[in-house]
Amino acid sequence: MHVQLDQPKCVAAGQCVVAAPDVFDQRDDDGVAILLTAHPGRHLYDEVREAVAVCPAAAIALVEQ
Amino acid sequence: MRNIVIVGAGAAGLAAAETLRREGYDGTLTLVGQEPSLPYDRPPLSKQILAGQWEPERITLRAPDSFAALDLDWRPGRPATQLDTVNKGVILADATQVPYDGLVIATGVRARPLPGTGAHVLRTLDDALALRRCLAPGRRLVIVGAGFLGSEAAAVARSLGCEVTLLEPTPVPLAHAVGPEVGQLLAQAHFDHGVDVRTGVTVTETRPDGVYLAGGELVPADAVLVAIGSTPNTQWLIGSGLDVHDGVACDRYGEAAPTVYAAGDVAHWYNPLFDASMRIEHRTSAAEQGMTVARNLMRPESRKPFPSVPYFWSHQYDLRIQAYGHLRGHSEMAIVEGNLTERRFVAAYRKDDRVVGALAIGMPPKVIRQWRQAIADRATWQDAVLSTTVTTKG
Repeated sequence: MHVQLDQPKCVAAGQCVVAAPDVFDQRDDDGVAILLTAHPGRHLYDEVREAVAVCPAAAIALVEQ
Repeated sequence: MRNIVIVGAGAAGLAAAETLRREGYDGTLTLVGQEPSLPYDRPPLSKQILAGQWEPERITLRAPDSFAALDLDWRPGRPATQLDTVNKGVILADATQVPYDGLVIATGVRARPLPGTGAHVLRTLDDALALRRCLAPGRRLVIVGAGFLGSEAAAVARSLGCEVTLLEPTPVPLAHAVGPEVGQLLAQAHFDHGVDVRTGVTVTETRPDGVYLAGGELVPADAVLVAIGSTPNTQWLIGSGLDVHDGVACDRYGEAAPTVYAAGDVAHWYNPLFDASMRIEHRTSAAEQGMTVARNLMRPESRKPFPSVPYFWSHQYDLRIQAYGHLRGHSEMAIVEGNLTERRFVAAYRKDDRVVGALAIGMPPKVIRQWRQAIADRATWQDAVLSTTVTTKG
């Protein structure tokens, strides 16, 4: 599984960091989300799916392989 | 359960559908949409779509192949007109009846109108595109209602060179939600950007060429936008036996009646985090609630309440506003980081002895998340505000 983040869509809500803190962080200056890893471990899949679902800008996508 | 029907194809309905499939539900899953389009995201309507920065395809919530993979019985463009809870069926506008053994109501809200004709509202993609066609340099736009939606539209219209008049019935815009100090700051941003803000005025009627005020004055316009709030889409539920006084009344699990749940803007549910029933029209709550009720519907033996910290954001001019919690009905506001004059601060909101909300403008994300955590932890005002640092109980 890999994670895609559409940064221009991001509205800096930080919901993804709350849902999956090992996968997402936010830039300090504008709060836009950053990916800590595009290939999270299996134990993080549920958290990432939660992040996809709660992202208020629909900026995160999962490509499940 | 073999026949689950979701009525409403916005963020909440889509989240419910995705969650059901992800959790292994393999029965018939019907998604009823009022609009003909695939599920799309609403917050950009008053921002990038209205500004013409994004084309409509950009706000589709899922790519067509991801949507198809949900294997839905997809009924677009056919709103539900009636719910029969006795025979367990949803009746659609084309008179077809869809049977269910599990139901999720996610029909959202519609814009409240004013008496008169010719006014725009801003709720659907078509609404946004219609208003966008009216915005051009020198065109006069009158906006009724200086809430977040009206304010965002004002900022976009100014950026496109329109002459904007913002009419607001209360003395200070948004004071009921964010307090008078922050409301005044937001109003000042409009003044600074050349918007004619007029507070304490009541509009009685809209016309294609302007609006009439209570005193009889006509404020002329080339286009009028009415942004005075919304009404839950529950008219199709009248006679169903459900309590639809202000949205669909639900318990803490989001259940309105046996195997009938509600999610998103239309749901009025008990939020245990605030010991209060509330109806929240925020994008994030819609998705979270859609997921929660889908799980509760599928697994009634292990269902969970929805102790949510509401979140919303707004972009106006150079201001990036973010708010957590339930600010409405607060009894005190305190600036806890930064200051108002630099437009860089966190405001905390108190109700009883607790921190119930926080609003930030121009602050680093880690600071804002700390305050979200304080709300989620039910921090007391004493611990979080009256001491100098945020206490998070671990």
